[in-house]
Amino acid sequence: MMLLGKKVGMTQIYDDAGKIVPVTVIQAGPCTITQVKTEQTDGYTAIQMGFDDVKKSRQNKPQIGHAKKANDIPKRFIREFRLKGQSADYKQGDKITVEVLAEAKRVDIVGTSKGKGFQGVMKRHGFGGMPASHGTERKHRSPGSIASHATNRGHCGHPKKGKRMAGHMGDVRITSKNHKLVSIDVEKNLLVVKGSVPGAAGGYVIVKQSKGSK
Amino acid sequence: MKTEILDSVEKKSLKTEIPKFEVGDTVDVHCKITEGDKTRIQIFTGTVIARKGRGMGESFIVRRIVGDEGVERVFPLHSPNVVSVKTVRGGRTRRAKLYYLRQRSGKSVKLSEEKRTEQKAS
Repeated sequence: MMLLGKKVGMTQIYDDAGKIVPVTVIQAGPCTITQVKTEQTDGYTAIQMGFDDVKKSRQNKPQIGHAKKANDIPKRFIREFRLKGQSADYKQGDKITVEVLAEAKRVDIVGTSKGKGFQGVMKRHGFGGMPASHGTERKHRSPGSIASHATNRGHCGHPKKGKRMAGHMGDVRITSKNHKLVSIDVEKNLLVVKGSVPGAAGGYVIVKQSKGSK
Repeated sequence: MKTEILDSVEKKSLKTEIPKFEVGDTVDVHCKITEGDKTRIQIFTGTVIARKGRGMGESFIVRRIVGDEGVERVFPLHSPNVVSVKTVRGGRTRRAKLYYLRQRSGKSVKLSEEKRTEQKAS
């Protein structure tokens, strides 16, 4: 099952053995099912859910109309969850809370990583750079050779496609897998998850139950 | 709101009764030590030279002289392994961090003045 949420931030807690556990707190749900997609109407079965209300002044009429079918306010973060079988269990307007993850031991978390801007090859791909001395001038952090016609017959001396170079880093969708689910707070809709989670505090995340048996 | 939520999560790990001691005090720190499947209590006695951090991260540094060598240990205040902290002797200080004690040796320099700690009642 999937759940939409917001990263609140990180902290530490003590486990039963008295050891410090670094944890991320996620405010997850309640998510409203804004639409149920079926084989007949849409060609596939899925539920669409929304999380976090849109401010009144920022709502537009199509959004209001769509949300009205689920008797709710327009949502800022809307995602679809594909269902394998029938979608009969879910009704438009239903709420999904953290209780769906009550039995989960581990969760996967999808988020958008922090943007780092235009970065060089050392930071972006972990290249080693050039020597600090022995005659190296003005290219200590450069990628070195990116192509030569001898190494790359058929490319006519052009760099290979997919050659790792400097460019925009971060701000991409990242799935972080198998986080231990430390605790659930049903009242406050909180998930406490071990380890760090992609993105800045306040960023939207998708929480899924991990597939592995671990 | 963000900190409120984080505080509520931390709260379960925080101690309800924080031991009373101040920087400069000589304290007995009772800490739980697990060796294999046995646990025992070890007492570390020394002077509190610093107390820093807040909330979950609050910790204090205890310094003592073993032989001729200074030994410092950092204890997380809220750790369940720090069972209790008992003040043996109060020490009068004029600053919050007593790092200057590290430069000193011998009994005359190391010892701070005694302090009356009976004011607790008031």
